[in-house]
Amino acid sequence: MSTSTRPTPVGSLDRPDVDVRLRADLSSRGPVLLAFGSAIVWLLVGTVFGDVASFKLHLPDWLVQQGWLTFGRLRTVHLNTMIYGWASLAMVGVSLWIIPRLVHTELRYGGLARTGIWLWNVGLVIGNLGVLAGYNDGLEWLEMHRYFADPWLVVGGGMVGIALLVTLAAREADHLYVSVWYVMAAYLWFPIIFAVGNWPTFTGVESGATNWFYAHNALGLWLTAVSLGAAYYFIPKVLGRPVYSYQLSLLGFWTLAFFYALNGMHHLVGGPIPEWMITTSIAASALMLIPVLATAVNLHVTMVGRFGALRYSPTLRFVVLGAISYTAVSLQGMLTALREVNRITHFTQWTIAHSHVGVYAFVTFVMFGSMYYILPRLVRREWPSALLIQWHFWLVLTGIALYVIALTVVGVRQGLAMLDPQVPFQRSVEVTIPGLVARSVAGLVLTAGHLVFVWHYWLMVRGRAPARETLVFHEARPILYEPEAEGALR
Amino acid sequence: MTRIWLLLLGALATVGFAFIVLVAVPGVMLQDVPRPAELKPYTPEQARGRAVYIANGCIYCHSQQVRDPAFTTDVQRGWGNRATVPADYVYDRPNLLGTMRTGPDLINVGQRLPDVGWQLLHLYNPRTVAPWSIMPAYPYLFAVRDSAAVRPGERVVTVPGEHAPPPGRVVVATPDALALAEYLISLKRDYPVPQRGGTGDAANGRSAHTMP
Repeated sequence: MSTSTRPTPVGSLDRPDVDVRLRADLSSRGPVLLAFGSAIVWLLVGTVFGDVASFKLHLPDWLVQQGWLTFGRLRTVHLNTMIYGWASLAMVGVSLWIIPRLVHTELRYGGLARTGIWLWNVGLVIGNLGVLAGYNDGLEWLEMHRYFADPWLVVGGGMVGIALLVTLAAREADHLYVSVWYVMAAYLWFPIIFAVGNWPTFTGVESGATNWFYAHNALGLWLTAVSLGAAYYFIPKVLGRPVYSYQLSLLGFWTLAFFYALNGMHHLVGGPIPEWMITTSIAASALMLIPVLATAVNLHVTMVGRFGALRYSPTLRFVVLGAISYTAVSLQGMLTALREVNRITHFTQWTIAHSHVGVYAFVTFVMFGSMYYILPRLVRREWPSALLIQWHFWLVLTGIALYVIALTVVGVRQGLAMLDPQVPFQRSVEVTIPGLVARSVAGLVLTAGHLVFVWHYWLMVRGRAPARETLVFHEARPILYEPEAEGALR
Repeated sequence: MTRIWLLLLGALATVGFAFIVLVAVPGVMLQDVPRPAELKPYTPEQARGRAVYIANGCIYCHSQQVRDPAFTTDVQRGWGNRATVPADYVYDRPNLLGTMRTGPDLINVGQRLPDVGWQLLHLYNPRTVAPWSIMPAYPYLFAVRDSAAVRPGERVVTVPGEHAPPPGRVVVATPDALALAEYLISLKRDYPVPQRGGTGDAANGRSAHTMP
């Protein structure tokens, strides 16, 4: 971690610590750019499907003549492209970049990782076209075809995992930083839960239990794990200040691994599965307070006294907001798992809002922040426009805030209406309409933000940006200065 | 931490523990859930309808479960005369328990709305029977034909009002629509909770007090 306080230019690349990072970045460049590029294509695809699905909820006679345009299929493609396309591939890129850096060596088997990313993409195309055509496994989060689509993801993800593991085994740093734990564990967890979730023999309520064992862990042990790994890397990195407490990060990691994995049944509170399973998950959800507080204290206390830096680093701004959202979504999740809250919020738009705090305000924000940091170090140019970054940030922040507030409010109203048997069901539908319309508007704002980001990304990778001698932000606050980046520009 | 094996084995242990608790143990416990005499396996027609239900993502707005009356008002709302139990789902693969109620629960829809004609009309355009509904219309599960071109055995759906076809043309249900309607009216879990001989109802998940 750099502790420089002034941007003294580095004259040569003789410095061993800089060399190590340059070599690491050079080795991961190809696979990371491929993963990010694919992720961004899926982001656009998922955005379009999300927008159309959102409008269809309050315009139910719009685009109904073809089966592939029905809400139930578009929504499914939205979820699958965002989870497995955008978030997962962005995370693959971050993982492939971060691990070589943290273990002070080059990425091994980069070609294997690249092939893996391609296979993953092929699986996604097959799976989503299948869903549009009506081939759906029928399990939430696992809709893509079990035999024609999913194996591509297993093999492709496995190839990326092998490259990471071999790199880890060839490490030249003795200590494994906390980000390494989260990222590496995620690549172990994901294939296990994915295989269990797709196992074809479960029937009845067991199928429901396994479904939510998978779906909750896809969030907890895959998306959350890699995103927290990234947050643990970038916040201290940008600030040039070590993470607040090693002991806390240890506590946070192992309690997350233990409690999160048991949370899934809180999606079935009150449902027909054995009561003790639900109770186990509610208890484990409450115990999530331990990892959440440990991580929150660690990440937020590292920031204390440095909030001014948020103005100058887009990476920090996105990642810190992502980390705050992680704390928020976790506390909300604990609350939602409680029976007294759940009897109101279950089966309502509240859940949709909650999932978007997790996957968007947390995971997606951390991924945006990571890309803002990583890309200049791969293409050796600075982001061309601070203004475009500002637009991106404020558009997506406004969009997600409107999204979450709108659906949370109408979700509670919907839940209260459904809980009162004197109120006709019709009422529970009507109270959601303003929220659904507001959500569509929010979706358009998010879309605008994504278009700005993708345009900027395009300018960056196509080299349309003027070459810069200095970093965009480094003049403003020396705290953000990183000598190796300066070196990389030469 | 400096040891890779410790990290990986530890990570394996945590997810393994959760697997045992939430998948393996319930798997054993639920093995001998009784098959209710009143509940029949899906007929090929109903199974086809269930596949149409899955392919079109009905699950994203409709649940198929009635929760305990001590906990919620599902029963008072008329969505069933009792909470559903594991035995009610022994033929369901995959499960369609669902997590959203943008529309009403459907596990007993066959009890509430047993008329195939109503179901077909509602599928063709839900606003013909419920003007406030935000459920999508499913015209692609129907064909609009000249009334002279209707073949014997085909089911004509009489659509009133603004959604009616032009004069001289009629709405005919496709086999997919008929199968889906058959599946929907088959959804009934109105028999008494099946009991198992002497072993209590632990696997059914319901003891005398279900509200903690």
